[in-house]
Amino acid sequence: MQQQSFDALCAYLKRTSGLILDQSKQYLIESRVLPIVKREKLGGLADLVMILERGQNADLAKEVVEAMTINETYFFRDRTPFDKFRDVVLPKLIEARSKERTLRVWCAASSTGQEPYSLAMILDELSNKTAGWRVELVATDLAEAQLKKARSAIYTQFEVQRGLSTAHLLRFFTQHGDSWQAIEALRKKVQFRQLNLLSDFSSLGRFDVIFCRNVLIYFDVATKSDILKRMGRILAPDGALFLGASESVIGLGTDFVPDQVHRSFHTRASAAAPAAAPAVARVGSAASPVAAKLGKPTIVASRPLAS
Amino acid sequence: MKQVLVVDDSPVVRKIARRILTDMEFDVAEAEDGSEALRYCTEKMPDAILLDWDMPVMDGLEFLQAFRKLPDGKDPKVVFCTAQNHQQSIMRAMTAGADEYIMKPFDELILRDKLEQVGLV
Repeated sequence: MQQQSFDALCAYLKRTSGLILDQSKQYLIESRVLPIVKREKLGGLADLVMILERGQNADLAKEVVEAMTINETYFFRDRTPFDKFRDVVLPKLIEARSKERTLRVWCAASSTGQEPYSLAMILDELSNKTAGWRVELVATDLAEAQLKKARSAIYTQFEVQRGLSTAHLLRFFTQHGDSWQAIEALRKKVQFRQLNLLSDFSSLGRFDVIFCRNVLIYFDVATKSDILKRMGRILAPDGALFLGASESVIGLGTDFVPDQVHRSFHTRASAAAPAAAPAVARVGSAASPVAAKLGKPTIVASRPLAS
Repeated sequence: MKQVLVVDDSPVVRKIARRILTDMEFDVAEAEDGSEALRYCTEKMPDAILLDWDMPVMDGLEFLQAFRKLPDGKDPKVVFCTAQNHQQSIMRAMTAGADEYIMKPFDELILRDKLEQVGLV
């Protein structure tokens, strides 16, 4: 990437969005903006900057800005998915896995670690209900630099104030000069691994929950579909998939459907069926034996044994 | 419209906070130190207080301790916003009854986030 184009894009982003990018963020442009250049069939970054400077393509400008900001991940980002994970998904899974006493969560685009550590904090808060269980939290990312920071679990004062409550900060972090580091007990809950989502990830094993937020938007439809289908194969049938707030499974040919009650996560179509059963009962009688018959086998099918 | 009382001896900080909070559709009141803030609260109780620590006359921690003893002083959310950035200071403030804590320097994202944490947004 030419330095001149990088500088021009930085100047544009600073002027239009207040984003300050130094040389250390060059990798972000390579990983996030160059795919847009390629998709738009432009000659290079310089061409993209030229289009942005003309100011005639607001959608493209928005997309570039989002591509650069989306990586600025923070703790409990968007809050709702984490609330649903804690209040809806985990209680259901803890009940369903009471015999196996195993729970596996995969954070598929862990970036600098804020998302997996947020999940780890929630798991820690519910640890009284999983005492003696094997609870695994696997976090993967493509970029080694991101993983290095994630493993160190050292964050700036600014970063620990984004999304993290002061109560969580005091409970799970210790201060070292101007930085804050997650305590060892929290760090030990997360296994970080380098992984390219385009490669085979079946060896990671089976998961009960997958967080794959704000990464699929950078892939074309065929790749998105492929990744989601392969995720579907390693997600337990009654598991949950969390995507980014602006991401959707529509038109991707997968068997994921938005959860009928809590739209902020996705379930497998087969597991979503039981929620439809009461609707059948409401049409007829609440005590309808037909409705009960329809509901029962599906409920059983939605709770298979974890591997 | 909910009211936030900004208590800070720096006119610059008060101005920045006022701008952000007004954009967020809060009614904003200002006080220059803890003593003035306490007088204000005895007359009109705000919904939340954005509170500096180091101020003349009465500092933020002294204010908070006195404020929580007021008849209606238990409910309003108190968010410290201070350059006292040590972990021990944060613990002291939270123990004294603060709901959230912002370490300066802060920006709009942090202020918005902390107000969300205490349920005001």
